[in-house]
Amino acid sequence: MSFLHQEVPLAWYLLLSAALFSLGVVGFLLKRNLITVFMSIELMLNGVNLSFVTFAHQWHMHFLNTQSGPGADAVKGQIFVFFVMMVAAAEAAVGLAIIIAVFRARATLAVDRIDLMKL
Amino acid sequence: MQVSFLQFFLWSLLKVIVVTVVLLMAVAYTVLLERKLVGRIQNRWGPSRVGPFGLLQPLVDGAKNFLKEDLIPASVYKPLYLLAPLISLACALISIAVIPFGEPSAGPRHLDLFEISNVNIGLLVILGITSIGVYGIALAGWSSNNKYSLLGSLRSSAQLISYELALGLSLVGVVLRAGSLNLRVIVEQQAEKGIATWNIFGGLQFIAFFIYLMAAYAETNRAPFDLPEAESELTGGYHTEYSSMKFAMFFMAEYANMITVGCVATLLFLGGWTSPWGNLLGPVENNLVNALLSVFWFVAKVFCFLFLYVWVRGTLPRFRYDQLMNFGWRYLMPLAILNIVGTSLWLAYR
Amino acid sequence: MHLILFLLFAGFCLAGAINLLLQTHPINSALSLIVVMTSLAVLYLLLGAEFLAAAQIIVYSGAIMVLFVFVVMLLNAGREERTLGSRAARIVGLPAVVALLAVLATLILHIQGLGGAAISQGITTTEDLSRVLFHELLLPFEVTSVLILIAILGAVALARHGNGERPAAK
Repeated sequence: MSFLHQEVPLAWYLLLSAALFSLGVVGFLLKRNLITVFMSIELMLNGVNLSFVTFAHQWHMHFLNTQSGPGADAVKGQIFVFFVMMVAAAEAAVGLAIIIAVFRARATLAVDRIDLMKL
Repeated sequence: MQVSFLQFFLWSLLKVIVVTVVLLMAVAYTVLLERKLVGRIQNRWGPSRVGPFGLLQPLVDGAKNFLKEDLIPASVYKPLYLLAPLISLACALISIAVIPFGEPSAGPRHLDLFEISNVNIGLLVILGITSIGVYGIALAGWSSNNKYSLLGSLRSSAQLISYELALGLSLVGVVLRAGSLNLRVIVEQQAEKGIATWNIFGGLQFIAFFIYLMAAYAETNRAPFDLPEAESELTGGYHTEYSSMKFAMFFMAEYANMITVGCVATLLFLGGWTSPWGNLLGPVENNLVNALLSVFWFVAKVFCFLFLYVWVRGTLPRFRYDQLMNFGWRYLMPLAILNIVGTSLWLAYR
Repeated sequence: MHLILFLLFAGFCLAGAINLLLQTHPINSALSLIVVMTSLAVLYLLLGAEFLAAAQIIVYSGAIMVLFVFVVMLLNAGREERTLGSRAARIVGLPAVVALLAVLATLILHIQGLGGAAISQGITTTEDLSRVLFHELLLPFEVTSVLILIAILGAVALARHGNGERPAAK
């Protein structure tokens, strides 16, 4: 059964990750709602995470094929993603608290109306 | 002997169908069990008219729900209103896929007969699917456009997020002891001396079991933590605006979650499908008897857990909302963290 | 098999990301983002990163996005107002994004020696991951926990701040 073992080039994964990142940037620039802008940032983080995992897979296969170099390097890309997730969780908690504080002060979520540095 | 892809696919499909049907039947009869038990606790009979001992009651209930008029209120946000019960029920049913309910490799050609798929990270899969299930409740309340629903779903989301932490942390002790997230490995590690090596007794995880029990009541929105659907203050909570089959889907999701929680408790704390004497007495010669015995023990343990569930519901009054949050954050969380520290120390210096 | 799964879930990913941009209601955008994140978890699984796939579901779809949905529900955020936004973003930003994507794509297509991914190849077990995490990278891990603690305190402080006049409320 050939279709079972068909390979997907890793470049496709990287292209997908670049596309997700760009879509995140576009959303960040165009969206007018504070919460959606924040979501676009999460989308960018996710796009970057995908490329980390892809490169980690490349390292892993390289290590399996050649048995050279420390095996620990093969999983460091994945651990980086793990750290990104932790930071994103912290960021979401603080960011959403800020959004709630802003909403309490100005009663709006439109980024055009939130143009003062103080609440 | 290797199995081809097609054989594997058909085998898995068969297992999925059988397990889903059995699970749905189990859900229906758990409802009956609850009504009967709560009836006896409150000194009345419970359903007794349809069939012998009321045994056909679930089928009649199902038929009634099918035949009811399906109301969609005018002011709801329709796409999410329709999606929410689907999410709830799907998430409740999917997690059964990684639960092993009998001994491994019992099928022909050493295929797994009693588990849909044996995943390395089975425990995490269950936690992940449970955490997705929150959306069903949150979206149902929000899209109903009704203050009772919204309050119910806000309460419920906050409660689920809070108790998920305690739930996850209470399982860490078990994982530390087994050194694996694979549910089969966790069970087999408890089988050695039977009841003496079950995690709840020999594994010294009874504190974790207590935390898990409390968090599980909160996670499945059951008494004494059934604040999201407190009838006396919120009419029906997040499913106030739902009727007919859509309501029945939430109802089924709740009971399917109860069963899943019972299965997980059985696997992690009560030795899974192994008998109370574990490997002390050797297995019976007959393979078929062995397989059936393992399923019998699993079902018996899950039944005991469900019995406990209903018993607690019949006994304890409902908590207040601030009491619920305080209990979760101030007592359960620190207790769970202490349990992790204690277990690690015990494992390191044993 | 890998190809079919990849195309399916990459398609879900892109569709979700585009839908996030097109929807005007924040809750629809949040749901599209959940679709993106869940399909990414499947892609991680295809790349052999079991633990990350589970963590992606639990942390992103199950915790972070629940917070987003919760905030949208709490603030009862309505539809987004269609304004043109900043002119700089439209004139400079969008061409810059297109240029960035073009550069990235050419770079990626020119990388030499990039392998492929097939099903059940190069699976990283949780043991491998944790061995490296808790031996070599223990310090960063502990620092992250401090970071999260600070974030919790910050979030609580920010959320309480607006309630100054009514200290009795939670």
